[in-house]
Amino acid sequence: MADMSVNICGVDFKNPVIPASGAFGYGREYEELFPLGKLGGIATKGTTLHKRTGNLSPRIAETPAGMLNSVGLQNPGIDHFIDVDLPYLLTKDVVILANIAGSTPEECAEAAAKLDDTEVHMIELNISCPNVKQGGAAFGTSCEMAAEVTKRVRAATKKPLIVKLSPNVTSIADIARSVEAAGADAVSLINTLLGMRIDINTGRPILRNNVGGLSGPAVFPVAVRMVWQTANAVKIPVIGMGGVSSGRDAIEMMMAGASAVQVGAALFTDPYAPVRIVEEMNEFLDNKGIASVRDIIGSVKPW
Amino acid sequence: MKYTQGKYLITAKTAIAREIYSFEISCPEVAEIAVPGQFVHIRTGSFTLRRPISICGIDREKGTLRIVFEVRGEGTAEIAQLKKGDTVDMLAPLGHGFTVDPKFKKVVLIGGGIGTPPMLPLAQFYGEKAVAICGFRNSSAVILQDDLKKSGAETILCTDDGSAGVHGFVTEPFSELAEKGGIDAVFACGPMPMLKRIAAICREKNIYCEVSLEERMACGIGACLGCACRTVRNDEEYFAHVCKDGPVFNAEEVLW
Repeated sequence: MADMSVNICGVDFKNPVIPASGAFGYGREYEELFPLGKLGGIATKGTTLHKRTGNLSPRIAETPAGMLNSVGLQNPGIDHFIDVDLPYLLTKDVVILANIAGSTPEECAEAAAKLDDTEVHMIELNISCPNVKQGGAAFGTSCEMAAEVTKRVRAATKKPLIVKLSPNVTSIADIARSVEAAGADAVSLINTLLGMRIDINTGRPILRNNVGGLSGPAVFPVAVRMVWQTANAVKIPVIGMGGVSSGRDAIEMMMAGASAVQVGAALFTDPYAPVRIVEEMNEFLDNKGIASVRDIIGSVKPW
Repeated sequence: MKYTQGKYLITAKTAIAREIYSFEISCPEVAEIAVPGQFVHIRTGSFTLRRPISICGIDREKGTLRIVFEVRGEGTAEIAQLKKGDTVDMLAPLGHGFTVDPKFKKVVLIGGGIGTPPMLPLAQFYGEKAVAICGFRNSSAVILQDDLKKSGAETILCTDDGSAGVHGFVTEPFSELAEKGGIDAVFACGPMPMLKRIAAICREKNIYCEVSLEERMACGIGACLGCACRTVRNDEEYFAHVCKDGPVFNAEEVLW
């Protein structure tokens, strides 16, 4: 049994596997299947200062080796999260990453300030949602905006701050450096890649929002590349995600430089995916005689 | 336990119409808790998303479920390749089902095409108290009429082209029944225009009506919020989710 624990920004995780924001709600639905304490952490559904109704349906489209979504940050608002969902999650012996988003830097900062008064372990600031018109990805696609919103949120909270980055940019490493300089304690990447599908019988896009975010195994090699580039560009920890579906994928992502991984679309194929991934990673490490999962972080030997 | 995930044995498979298959699946712990109107979420060999398929039969004694599905695309085509003796990976039973109330004295079940399978467990519960009106494109698409008759329900068959039963849509015989009165509840599953028309008739006649809706779905359990549908709750518009709040909704809650 390898040591699976990792430490990110001073927070101890019993293992490096975290269900990704948006795929896991606030955890209740999956607790029907397994105890949440088996997970390293939980990145909660993206939550905004005020409740949001989200986009019209269809919000989901299938793609080769993946899927598109355009949920549009439907959520009950930060107060509901703090009053109803967070107290429940904090009883589960698992690190809680409260994912927040907003239309303006002020909204993000206000939501973060509310979380600062709670026992939540970390804040994950989403500057990369492709499915909302204001804010969302707009923050994440320019270094100046990314730094500005990070700075505002940084000033509003002492909690460890992870900034979740968009892959829909020319250089994700540049954005990562900007948010590092603005006070981020860690970065997580990648959010979904903007995509589109069209029903050729009707000529209509399948998604009501026309476009949406691509996730699943299709994006995995892109995510590994971006994690590697980012880990080489910043000193703060990187949390890797994008198409991780197996223990081997998670090991690969960590070799590229991730200190932990998040798992999203794989949950829809196999709802036990995060638990299975922990087991598969452990088996790989044991077979290789590697004592700690920490030993593989950034261990890729590039040519 | 509300739902579980596992690999279950297919104990029987039949093709009951062109591109429509019936599976009997041995899954005692699922059969024990499943109710009419719920669905199972089936993993395909090669796709990221599972395929939601409604439950067509619940046999608690045998510990089996029956599902009937149509091959609509590559995912359902893969599921249709499975044979008796194979296992199927299911997350089940999911969703909010139809009301089964022994106090109802007369109910009408309305199935449009592949919306017919979820009517069968209701017919088995309500028996002679049920009238099942089913509509299909043509005679070769007709399914489950013998099963419905065996349950004790009265059946009315309609086809769009008149090649079997009454020529026309299910809404015509239903309007006549609604006119006569005495219906405690209507349960319907089928294409949206059909459901919308039925809901309108029920509203006009003040008949309680439940409809089963479809939407593109990912997690199946209410976590990802992918399968939103517009509803009204407590006088407020609300995006409910077909997988958890539905698939069965009170027709009065749906924003058509």
